Amino acid sequence: MTMEATTQVGIGLPSAKPVLFGYTSTQAIALAILVALVVLSPTVLYPVFLMKVLCFAMFASAFNLLIGYVGLLSFGHAAFFGMGSYVTAWTAKYWGLSAEVAILLGGLTGAALGAVFGWLAIRRSGIYFAMITLALAQMVYFFCVEAPFTGGEDGIQQVPRAKLFGVISLAPDMSIYWLVAGLFLFFFLFVHRVVHSPFGQVLKAIRENTARATSLGYRPDDYKLIAFILSTFISGIAGGTKALVFGIATLTDVHWSMSGEVVLMTLLGGLGTIFGPVMGALIVTAMENYLAQFGAWVTVTQGAVFVICVLTFRRGVIGELGAKLKLAL
Amino acid sequence: MDLSRRLFLSASGAALLAPYPRRTEAQDAVIRIGVLNDQSGPYRDDTGVGSRICTEVAAAEFSASKAIKVEVLAADHQNKPDVGAAIARQWFDRDGVDMIIDVPTSSVALAVNSICREKNKVFINSGAATTALTGKQCTPNTVHFTYDTYMLARSTGGNTVKAGGDSWYFVTADYVFGHELESMTARFVTEAKGKVLGRSVYPFPGTTDFSSFLLAAQSSGAKVLGLANAGNDTINCIKQAHEFGLTPKMRVAALLMGVIDVHGVGLEQAQGLLLTESFYWNLNDRTRRFTAKVRQALGGRVPNMIQAGCYAGTLHYLKAVADIGLSTAKADGAAVVARMKAMPTDDDVFGKGRIRADGQLLVPVYLFEVKKPQESSGAWDYYKLIAETPADEAWQPVDKACPLVRT
Amino acid sequence: MITILGVPGPLLFGQLLLGLINGAFYAMLSLGLSVIFGLLNIINFAHGALFMMGAFVAWMLLNYLGLGYWWALVLSPLIVGIFGLILERTLIKHLYKLDHLYGLLLTFGLALVIEGLFRNKYGSSGMPYQIPPELEGATNLGFMFLPNYRGWVVFAALIACLGTWLLIEKTKLGALLRAATENAPLVQAFGVNVPRLVTLTYAGGVALAAFAGVLAAPIYSVNPNMGSNFINTVFAVVVIGGMGSIMGSIVTGFSLGVIEGLTKVFYPQASETVIFVVMAIVLLARPAGLFGRTA
Repeated sequence: MTMEATTQVGIGLPSAKPVLFGYTSTQAIALAILVALVVLSPTVLYPVFLMKVLCFAMFASAFNLLIGYVGLLSFGHAAFFGMGSYVTAWTAKYWGLSAEVAILLGGLTGAALGAVFGWLAIRRSGIYFAMITLALAQMVYFFCVEAPFTGGEDGIQQVPRAKLFGVISLAPDMSIYWLVAGLFLFFFLFVHRVVHSPFGQVLKAIRENTARATSLGYRPDDYKLIAFILSTFISGIAGGTKALVFGIATLTDVHWSMSGEVVLMTLLGGLGTIFGPVMGALIVTAMENYLAQFGAWVTVTQGAVFVICVLTFRRGVIGELGAKLKLAL
Repeated sequence: MDLSRRLFLSASGAALLAPYPRRTEAQDAVIRIGVLNDQSGPYRDDTGVGSRICTEVAAAEFSASKAIKVEVLAADHQNKPDVGAAIARQWFDRDGVDMIIDVPTSSVALAVNSICREKNKVFINSGAATTALTGKQCTPNTVHFTYDTYMLARSTGGNTVKAGGDSWYFVTADYVFGHELESMTARFVTEAKGKVLGRSVYPFPGTTDFSSFLLAAQSSGAKVLGLANAGNDTINCIKQAHEFGLTPKMRVAALLMGVIDVHGVGLEQAQGLLLTESFYWNLNDRTRRFTAKVRQALGGRVPNMIQAGCYAGTLHYLKAVADIGLSTAKADGAAVVARMKAMPTDDDVFGKGRIRADGQLLVPVYLFEVKKPQESSGAWDYYKLIAETPADEAWQPVDKACPLVRT
Repeated sequence: MITILGVPGPLLFGQLLLGLINGAFYAMLSLGLSVIFGLLNIINFAHGALFMMGAFVAWMLLNYLGLGYWWALVLSPLIVGIFGLILERTLIKHLYKLDHLYGLLLTFGLALVIEGLFRNKYGSSGMPYQIPPELEGATNLGFMFLPNYRGWVVFAALIACLGTWLLIEKTKLGALLRAATENAPLVQAFGVNVPRLVTLTYAGGVALAAFAGVLAAPIYSVNPNMGSNFINTVFAVVVIGGMGSIMGSIVTGFSLGVIEGLTKVFYPQASETVIFVVMAIVLLARPAGLFGRTA
């Protein structure tokens, strides 16, 4: 699926002169502010809420890697997020693994699943790619409903916040907050690094003109598959982290509406922008939190936001802001 | 300039998040009750705003007589355990909530149950059916009101066989609640010398067409169709059973169904249904008196047992709070629950009862049959009483898996 | 009594017939989706919500105006069609030059809004809607007890599908429509008002969904979730049949109904997932769907 209208915003604008690890000076300043916000906000805001935002920001950034830079719309990312969260929860609860190992296993599960899905799905493009990923994710959902280890409707509950490296307790909110913040920043930088590496340049070349990239000697399918696996690995990590924070892994995380939610976050923030997915995750999570008391109005508001976003600011909050300021954000 | 835009953006983001008031315990002389239930999904009508209104009525009634200020909050958990857990955490950590009530959907109730234990607050369950709350996962912070799968299974399963419905076919929703309800009912059916001829398990959620399963039930030749599901699914099953001519030849036992669902189906199709509730508005003078209090606020509807249970639970909780004092109550949820167990319950909803050591409220349970249209005297006059199970027989015997009763 | 694979024959036939009835709904809904996709290039996620609206309008006609089933069968598609017309004119028309994704997201948002509003107003336990007296009762087919109303649904669905097919394949209007699908600027150059054609197509597709909604009202309770329960399956049907293919939608709709029915006999838990298994296999083997032309 080609995304010319939107993805060009993030790259190739006149002022995009990299000064630091592929960041332009504005991006570097924005990044510094982001880091400061991540560090300072828990003193003012509710840390559990912030951790949820960070987990979803990781997830949305991983998703953005695919749709924003490879032009692949996956409608099955919930499968990787959800399986990551189940595996982390299970290994932390029943095997008593330490936090970093459990989360890593969640990520690897996402990646393994992603390798299979990707191998099947990248043969198709556009809406058919989206539909295959949806179909495969529905099968994963069915597996999770039926398999005994997931606990069915109850999910895996009372997952302990395992100790980091087996020694540092993560039980207090603020301890696990630093772990989540660290993971988030690491993968946030990682996605950016991938996009701006030679590998990332090839991905963009494939998106813009597959035939030419092929004639230059690149194998598009190999590159797409690697990008897909990277994205699913980070999705699994995000899911696993969320499971540890909330102490619960459930069917919500593998349901197709979760795949829809990550599309919403990325779109709302800005496809193909670096900071967009983070902003999108913040807005969507905040909306869900604050509207919870209004019952059915949650869905009405969410739907209205979707409609308004598509009609008036298609490039997303950050994308539009970047376009206004003529900056790549 | 770039910087200021970015700052503006983050500042507006922060402003969006600002209304998180951190409440300090010292200046807080208010009891806060959180009604956590389904306000947008399939159980919206069975719990939802109705439960909130019943809770508010109880709170208002109590604050009028005692000088304790009570605030009621409400939120929608969308039937997702993770959403429910997140709201519960936030309520306790940030909003100074002392007690959570209702919580339909067993998976969410179990999640809230463990958080209440962790934070030493109070959980009064009225909406969820799982017996795990008083069994394996029982905690000193939880009280289970109104109903559970055991009492539904015993009352409907056992009494129906006694009344002649001795061969059963189950249509079961494929999730924990459906399976638990089916297997318990099947146990009481067999114990009463009835037979289970077969079962169909269907995907949950998302199934709207039940005709295939009903057809299988019909061809099994069973006398009773047991519906091990809830909400919209039950309603659809009943309508389609009517359509395919299963009823009135087969009796339908809706294992979990309330008066509001019966209203949704209409007497024409619901007549002859067997169902169990621990409260019916037209049962006696006390239930009618209670219903009169809430009916106007409910928009002319009557409460079902879950909503009425929220009234009873709130009232009993507030009595215990008044008894041990506000500051102790806010600091120690387990102490309030211990006091609730020590005091006998007495309210217009369930009458007199008591709470057992494992947190189960013991009250009588009733099996009803839905009236024929010509028997009904008007709106909401829907039930005939078939059998009453006394309080000491209706509920699950104390489960040794519950750490509170292990000696 | 004969048994096939351990299942009594009559039961199996009964299930097949029921599958066909469900297939009728799949066919009608996917037909509308397919026509809309063919001409507008919009993946109409709001289709399920409009189907639900069709059922609700029927219920409102009865309860507020006293107009019964047969009136609803005509009026409800008309009313919802006009609603669709307004949606297309005010919102959807801005998206034609953009990627599929935006159409999908916009209509997904619309579906959330419509469903949420109905849920706020009417709750979600469902409103009863009686079967019209003419179609009450059931016929004993020997192997099963077929409610007359269900028989009528299959009949009405077949008529609606055939009518649509004839309209598109055999009339001048249909020829224009097909031509506009192929090359809109050229058709416009011949003096045809293509935007109006597009609007009418959307309204028509939506009206078909509303018609299905009225047919569904007496079977399922009229409730705000009835559309979203269907929509994923219907999408799968459209994709399997080949997006934009009329015949593909009709045939696939009915046959997937039957496959689903068979799954319900042998492994009911998987009856929803089986459609996605079929979809994945079809997409991998024949990317354009069973009846689609390869682009």
